Amino acid sequence: MTITIDAPKLIKAAPLLRAQNVSKTYGAVQAVRSVSVEVFPGEVLGIVGESGSGKSTFLRMLNLEETPDSGSYTLDLPEVEGNLFDLDRFARRMLCATRIGIVYQNPHLGLLMKHSSSGNVAERLLVAGERRFAVLREKASDALEASEFPLDRLDAPPAELSGGMQQRVQLAKAIALEPALLLLDEPTTGLDVSVQALVLDTLKRLQQDRKITMVIVSHDLGVIRTLADRVMVMRRGEVVEAGLADQIFQDPQHAYTQQLVHAKL
Amino acid sequence: MSLATLTKNWEPMSYGFLDASAKREIRRKMLKAVAVPGCQMPYASREVPMARGWGTGGLQVSLTLMNPSKRVKVIDQGADDSVNAASIRRFLARVSGAPTTLDTLEADLIQSRHRIPEEKLREDQVLVLQVPNPEPLRPVQPNMSIARQMHADADYGRMWLQLYEQIVRSGRVMQGASYPSLVNGRHVMTPSPIPRWDVPKLHMAKHLTILSAGREKRIHAVPPFTRVEPLVFDDVPYKVEDHGGLTCNRSGAKGFFMNEIPQDDGSSTYEISDSEFGVKTIKQAEGERVEFGETWYTDGEMPS
Amino acid sequence: MTTVLEVQGLTKGFTMHHLGNHLAAFDQISFDLRAGEFLLLKGQNGAGKSTLLRTLYRSYIAQAGQVIFHSNHGAIDLLRAADVDITLLRREEIGFVTQFLVARPRVSAEALVAEPLRLAGQSAEAALKEARKWLAEFGVKEDLWRAYPTTFSGGEQQKVNLARALILPQKLLLLDEPTASLDVKARAALVARLRELKAAGTAMIGVFHHPDDVAQLIDRVIDLTPGLENEEREDVVV
Repeated sequence: MTITIDAPKLIKAAPLLRAQNVSKTYGAVQAVRSVSVEVFPGEVLGIVGESGSGKSTFLRMLNLEETPDSGSYTLDLPEVEGNLFDLDRFARRMLCATRIGIVYQNPHLGLLMKHSSSGNVAERLLVAGERRFAVLREKASDALEASEFPLDRLDAPPAELSGGMQQRVQLAKAIALEPALLLLDEPTTGLDVSVQALVLDTLKRLQQDRKITMVIVSHDLGVIRTLADRVMVMRRGEVVEAGLADQIFQDPQHAYTQQLVHAKL
Repeated sequence: MSLATLTKNWEPMSYGFLDASAKREIRRKMLKAVAVPGCQMPYASREVPMARGWGTGGLQVSLTLMNPSKRVKVIDQGADDSVNAASIRRFLARVSGAPTTLDTLEADLIQSRHRIPEEKLREDQVLVLQVPNPEPLRPVQPNMSIARQMHADADYGRMWLQLYEQIVRSGRVMQGASYPSLVNGRHVMTPSPIPRWDVPKLHMAKHLTILSAGREKRIHAVPPFTRVEPLVFDDVPYKVEDHGGLTCNRSGAKGFFMNEIPQDDGSSTYEISDSEFGVKTIKQAEGERVEFGETWYTDGEMPS
Repeated sequence: MTTVLEVQGLTKGFTMHHLGNHLAAFDQISFDLRAGEFLLLKGQNGAGKSTLLRTLYRSYIAQAGQVIFHSNHGAIDLLRAADVDITLLRREEIGFVTQFLVARPRVSAEALVAEPLRLAGQSAEAALKEARKWLAEFGVKEDLWRAYPTTFSGGEQQKVNLARALILPQKLLLLDEPTASLDVKARAALVARLRELKAAGTAMIGVFHHPDDVAQLIDRVIDLTPGLENEEREDVVV
């Protein structure tokens, strides 16, 4: 006996993000299989699953880095309409630069390691067309400060910083333009536990202060539990279960989710 | 109809050294380059009797533009008398029968390495600049395929990032020569390693400038009356070298771009970089009647 | 008095896939709750009292039944409402009070308590002022207000948690043994606050180890002990 969940009724806002039947294959491997999801403004969606579950591929598609074989993806923003997967390279780049922020697990993917930290943040603003040095500097340091980055290291290159600090630079870069959507791909994986807690705390603060809509991918249930309002569990490219974070952790319905939750220390 | 009637007979040499098809290709690429100011056009870049990197790109363009009535001037870092400039000038004259000159005012075609003469160029003159690295994005994007996409998208944020980094690290923009500039509001080009002093000379200039890189096989152009704007922050103005107050040690010319000559005692003296302009100044001082053209700069200032 | 909650045939069980079995928690529970009413859930250990609260809060997924909640936005079935709707109701109208604090590193006690007010749109300053008032009310020492509760003793954490959970008046409050191991002063503060909220119209469903603590507040009692209402019910430790 199961209960089916209705469509949203009380929430008046339209979903910010809507992905429908997104599928992607790499050769014979079906990486993502008909995934659909809606994320509402200010919501934090967590995607959990083990390596190879397709969660990171899906996130990269949301960042328009990868194009799926089929499916649609819309963001409820005034400047774009229609399926974002159909946008040309130029429109994708502008959209990603101005409205979508991303933090990668590997800082090398998101940062210029030898440029200054403030320069890494300023690059976003430059892409968006800011041409005043003083404004660039001010906005970059504001974003770094919001990410709780020590301002006396403003111009230190990320190559000289610790892993936790590198993630803060990535985060500052991602939020510098006040994105509509913040994507986080294993943002704390590989960091020391204590540093991990601090970065998570920063994310939580930012989410509360700025009401940024986030999609966070992690294999670490603790991370998801700390940040997410809602959780989507993926396995072999498919969504096996989705629900409120506390429900997924306290009353998982699917056998795989139960196994996942019980395996947590 | 036979093959013989369709093709030209073999000739022991071509006029202007390059064969007709090579010149035709370069003409076409120059037209394209003029049509899309600042955009790099690939070309085949033939062998010429000179090593790549010594001005072969400029030489091929000059050879294509030559005819017996074109008067040619060749300069290297402003000097007409350097070995490289003299060799190229002699070669051009030999293969085309064209007359040569040292005076900017008399020249129809000026091939130059790293300088633009101090006297203003006219509508009927063509400046050919030798370019070592035509790609302004190379320092920020080593992958040339991606760099081309960036040009296509006018994705130049990284160029400003480079300037940002220089200001952050050194307190000022350190880019000396090859200052990246936006042409016609669309393409960022490297104006070849001319000093910052020379970049404003290209802006809305009356003459045509062709920039050619032989090793990299790229031609780009600044057509007459085209905007050339050095990339700057709105609140950090573009600055040319502070040479306005320097006097040439040999000619007494003042207010132009100088070469610094270090002295044994650690001090420096200066010599005007545009050698023929210096020569004319000396001749005038000695009482000879010489004609000076209008200069871009007056007393080290360029009127806006 | 207006009806806040209509529970009809609520049934909950747990499927344990690794054990290959299904464990029932409770079957066919039905009751109504009106504004300002206090309902006590009774029953022996394992009768499913906490499970019922969590099912109403949608931390647990029910098997069958219907729970109509008359929210300020309109009536909605809590068992089937979309996740985002539940999130909205949890933020604005439905509170859940346990004895356990979910502390977060580097978040001070007062900031933690003020958070529900911040989320409801109050200014940081006003929220903080109110938070301090409730911390004092529940007997948290002033020098702890700006400290991080992660390092507090269980008792102090519990007080911070109560202040946080009760700071914002809700339409429906679910109380899961909030008084357990609470000192006398804090217990009195809790009862006073509950009385105040009840008078203001908050409907409450509570599970209390010692119901005497809240004796004067109780309007109705439902006993979940198996056999009392439904002979077939099979109970389970959760």
